[in-house]
Amino acid sequence: MSKADDYVAGIIAGKARIAAKAISLVENGDSSAIEFLKALYPHTGKARIVGITGPPGAGKSTLTDKLAKLLRKKGKRVGIVAVDPTSPFTGGAILGDRIRMQELATDPGVFIRSMGTRGQLGGLARSTHSAVRVLDAYGSDFVFIETVGVGQSEVDIVQLADIVLLVTIPGMGDDIQVIKAGILEIGDIFCINKADMDGANRLAAELEMMLDLKGHFEGLRPPVVKTVASEDKGTAELLESLLFHLAEDENSGRLAERREKNLKTEMLRIMAKALENTVSRLTEQTGALENYSRQIMQGALDPFSASEKMLAQINNIQFRL
Amino acid sequence: MLERKIRVLVAKPGLDGHDRGAKVIGRALRDAGMEVVYTGLRQTPEQIAATTLQEDVDVLCLSILSGAHNTLFPRVTALLKENDVDDVLVIGGGVIPDEDIPFLKDHGIEAVFTPGTNTEDVVSFIKTNLKR
Ligand SMILES: Nc1nc2c(ncn2[C@@H]2O[C@H](COP(=O)(O)OP(=O)(O)OP(=O)(O)O)[C@@H](O)[C@H]2O)c(=O)[nH]1
Ligand SMILES: [Mg+2]
Repeated sequence: MSKADDYVAGIIAGKARIAAKAISLVENGDSSAIEFLKALYPHTGKARIVGITGPPGAGKSTLTDKLAKLLRKKGKRVGIVAVDPTSPFTGGAILGDRIRMQELATDPGVFIRSMGTRGQLGGLARSTHSAVRVLDAYGSDFVFIETVGVGQSEVDIVQLADIVLLVTIPGMGDDIQVIKAGILEIGDIFCINKADMDGANRLAAELEMMLDLKGHFEGLRPPVVKTVASEDKGTAELLESLLFHLAEDENSGRLAERREKNLKTEMLRIMAKALENTVSRLTEQTGALENYSRQIMQGALDPFSASEKMLAQINNIQFRL
Repeated sequence: MLERKIRVLVAKPGLDGHDRGAKVIGRALRDAGMEVVYTGLRQTPEQIAATTLQEDVDVLCLSILSGAHNTLFPRVTALLKENDVDDVLVIGGGVIPDEDIPFLKDHGIEAVFTPGTNTEDVVSFIKTNLKR
């Protein structure tokens, strides 16, 4: 058996340490990672992938903790991938989401992994999708992905999740501005957390009004649910909403449609990455850029013809994560 | 191969009421480019061991003030051993009397940093003693 097969066998046998090591393998861009991901793929697809996003401090981790506990009571297994931003200055990160999920740490039916975005924009890390697939194959019925998201630029979660729970809180200043920043497009369910604070009802009414104005929805109209996550209030209703939405999407074919759409996006990304990697390897190895730029400077060639010549030398595509 | 990042779990076992020290070291490690998983106060050894395993950290940094290090630290390292986690550098920090240090080292705590330690020393110890 290859190393990739060993990993896959360990993961589907439910070995936590192997799942953890496999996520690191992908995260570190190990050369065997792609072979591993290919072998893993046939064992994925069973878990429902739930994105939880919203502004910093909105209560995403607290909500995830409560939803996970409710699901555990129903006998479901839960995976959690919690993504926090990496500092662009130091490359380091504080991954603090587990503070709100302490009791889940020792539950054998729960696996939590924290990751830094490591320079990726869009709120996810390069390896988030793969980590989700590992936890899927590991036997999770639900995999939650927690990401910080505020504006349109941080919504990659949509392209990976089966359903997105958008968490907002009252008192963020101009609520409507927050909504205008594109969140209406990404949320399948709106959760107004910290409903113990002033303004929750007004925010709910505003959201409903925005949804009225939007009028048309690809699937269900997103419900607006108020919660006080820190007191576990409204969380059972939120879970009911989530499960109902997922079941509807599955029955209507919308889930399959969404997964297909996400796969298209994923393949485009894989190919773009592979081509980029192949081009940079080719040019680095051959010194072709120096050669051709000199020729162009001497008036012997133009940049397009030079690029054509370089691309013609590619005989195999080198994948990269 | 992408750049390999050092992942560290900073954990506080026991009943300490505050975590200033743990946060200082956490921030210093982040500023040194590491990924620091922080789990908050009052962690049981079982929680710490499970988190170490799931997060697949390179380093476990145990921080304690309450004086219970002689029971809690060895309990954590014993649990790691039980779970075949043998590639994690375990270090300790906090209010720990010098005379306890040899005992802790015998139990898998590879370095002990007491208050007043320069955080740069912790960073360089980690970088030179990683087990993988
Ligand atoms: N008043 C109030 N506080 C809450 C509620 N839910 C969570 N909190 C508190 O809000 C703070 C942030 O909660 P987290 O769950 O860490 O929020 P988060 O969105 O995961 O934060 P980041 O991951 O840092 O973006 C904590 O102190 C929680 O206890 C709530 O419903 N009401
Ligand atoms: Mg969080």
